[in-house]
Amino acid sequence: MKIREVVQLLNAKVISGHDYLEAEVEYTFASDLMSDVLTIEKENILLLTGLANLQTIRTSEMSEISNIVFVRKKKATPEMIQLAEENDMILIECDYSMFKASGLLYTAGLKPVY
Amino acid sequence: MNFEFNVEGGNFTKAGTASSQLKKILKQLNVDSKVIKRIVVALYEAEVNIVAHAYSGKVIIDISTDRIDMVLEDEGPGIPDISLAMQQGYSTASSAVREMGFGAGMGLPNMKNNCDELTITSEVGKGTIVKMAVCLNQN
Repeated sequence: MKIREVVQLLNAKVISGHDYLEAEVEYTFASDLMSDVLTIEKENILLLTGLANLQTIRTSEMSEISNIVFVRKKKATPEMIQLAEENDMILIECDYSMFKASGLLYTAGLKPVY
Repeated sequence: MNFEFNVEGGNFTKAGTASSQLKKILKQLNVDSKVIKRIVVALYEAEVNIVAHAYSGKVIIDISTDRIDMVLEDEGPGIPDISLAMQQGYSTASSAVREMGFGAGMGLPNMKNNCDELTITSEVGKGTIVKMAVCLNQN
């Protein structure tokens, strides 16, 4: 699924990475625990999280995750956006709950990592 | 090839900067991307541990043709029972650490899973030394 479709499906707002909306994602992982995110071995992942701080971006950098959706109306700070831009990441803000966002993406065909 | 980075205890804004810099170096050295991920995930967890638990620390990295050695030395409270700390789910992290998305007792198991050699020595009231090594040529 293209990031552009994810944004439409979640009625969300792109905060960073506007140039990469044609990028494809295959899997979604939903977690607020960064240590769990660090265990993922799959590629082409979309991370759904309600944790909006610098460590979300750092964890994604280490895990080779380039696509992050912040759920539950969480907002990215300027420092997060800067770090995301340095790493060519896409940041998306979404007002839906983690459950609703997960359900919509799952129904639309994105796969779980396990 | 040797590198050294300082890690500041309690400063979550800077947590991960050493891992980030190492990742860039390893990419320049054309190390396999899966191997890079193992190395930086292990180092990042170890770095977060210093930030979360110690007062200060340093990361010493030695890259040779076939392996990378990473030593993290900190000045901090130390670990009274290392085997207990290695158990998944055991954590002494503060609520501030948990708010950062860590502190679930997964750091040390994650480090173990991502490196080929891991040794931890610690002295209560003084500090902890973590030594990790990863083979660079993995198939």
